[in-house]
Amino acid sequence: MERDDLIVNDSYSLNAYHDAEHGKEIRKKIVRVTILLTLITAVEVALGVYIKQGTTLWPFVKVGFIILTLVKAAYIVAVFMHLGDERKSLRYVIIVPYAIFIIYLLVISILESNYINEVWLQFKP
Amino acid sequence: MASDATKALDKSALWGGGMSPFSVSYGKMMMWFFLVSDALTFSGLLVAYGYARHAYTGPWPIGEEVFHALPGLTGSYPLLYVALMTFILIVSSVTMVLAVEAGHRLDRRGVTIWMAATIVGGFIFLGSQAWEWSHFIHGSAGYIIGNDNKIYHLSEEIPHLGTAADVASFELILNRGEANESRIGGQEAVRLYNAKVQHVQGANLTINEYGPPQYGNFFFFITGFHGFHVFTGVLINIIVFIGVLRGVYEKRGHYEMVEKTGLYWHFVDLVWVFVFTFFYLI
Repeated sequence: MERDDLIVNDSYSLNAYHDAEHGKEIRKKIVRVTILLTLITAVEVALGVYIKQGTTLWPFVKVGFIILTLVKAAYIVAVFMHLGDERKSLRYVIIVPYAIFIIYLLVISILESNYINEVWLQFKP
Repeated sequence: MASDATKALDKSALWGGGMSPFSVSYGKMMMWFFLVSDALTFSGLLVAYGYARHAYTGPWPIGEEVFHALPGLTGSYPLLYVALMTFILIVSSVTMVLAVEAGHRLDRRGVTIWMAATIVGGFIFLGSQAWEWSHFIHGSAGYIIGNDNKIYHLSEEIPHLGTAADVASFELILNRGEANESRIGGQEAVRLYNAKVQHVQGANLTINEYGPPQYGNFFFFITGFHGFHVFTGVLINIIVFIGVLRGVYEKRGHYEMVEKTGLYWHFVDLVWVFVFTFFYLI
C-alpha cells in the first residue's frame, strides 16, 4: 500500500487548480449529484405523505428514511465538501472519531430512554 | 486596516515538518476540525430529541400533521413547505460548489456570480424559516382546557378579535382522534368555550397545541440553532464576497477562502438534511 503521507510534492491544497476542460467534467458531476439529492428528497416527502405512521409498512419506511439520509449526507460530504478528493489520512481523521462517538451516543441513549419509558409507564398515575 | 496578504510564504517556514500534514492548509484543516465539533453539537441536540421522544409515554406529534401549510394558501399540503426549504438549501449548496469550482480556474467573474446566488439562496432560506416560525407560533384553531379540566379541540379557528359565537357551525371535539371521539355543537359549544380555563393556540416555551411542551422546545432550539448557523454562514459569505469583488483573492493567487466558507455552507446544508429527516419525517 502506498503511504500518501510521505509523498513530497506540491499537491498542497492552495495549488488546487484545474483547466477549463477539467472544470466542465467537475460541473457535470455537480449537476448529477444535484439531481440525485433532489430526487431523494422528493422520494422521502412522497413516502412521508403517503405512508402513515402506525401502519405495518411504517417501520420499514423509517429505516428507509435513515438510509436515504445517510446516502444524501455521504454525497454532500464527498462531492460538495471535496472530502472524497482529500488524502485518506485526513478523511479518516475526520470521520472515524466522529463515527465512534456517535455510535456510542446512540446506543447509550436508546438503551437509557427505553428504560426511562418503562419506568414512566409503570409508575404512571 | 491591515493590508491583505498577497505574498506566498515558504511552506517549510509554516510547518515544523517542512510540509503540511494531510496536504491541506492550516485554515482548511482547522475548518474541518471546527465542523467536526459543530457536528457533534448538532448530533447531541438530535439525539436528545430522540431520547425525549422515545422516553415520552403519550402520543408524539406527527410532522406531516403539524407542518402542512403554504404561505398565502388554505388547505393541506403536508411537508411541502419543508421540502421546498430543503430544496432551496440544496440549490444554494450547489451554487456554492460551483463558486469553488470557478475559484479553482481563477475565474473571478464565475466566483462572483455563484457566490451572489448563494447569498440570495441563504436569504430566501432565512425568510422561509421566519415564516415557518411565525406559523408555528401562531398556530391554527388550537384547543381549550374546559372548566372540567378536559381538553376540547376546536373545529375551526376563531377569527382575530372574534368570539366563538361568530363562527358558523362552531364545534368542540372531545378525545379527538381516538375511538370515543365526540363532537359538541351549537349553544353548548359556545357556553363551554366561554367557560374555558385556557385557550391553547400555537406554541411557546411552556405549552403548545401540537403536543408535549418538549416538542415545541426542541423545535425552537434545533431549528433556531440551525437558523443561526445559516445566518452566520450568510454573513461569512458576504464578507468573502466583498473580498472577491475587491480582488483580494485574485491578488493572492488562489481562492481558498471561498473553499473554506464553502465548507461551512455545505455543513449547514448537511445539518438541515438530518434535521429534515429526524424532526419532520420520522
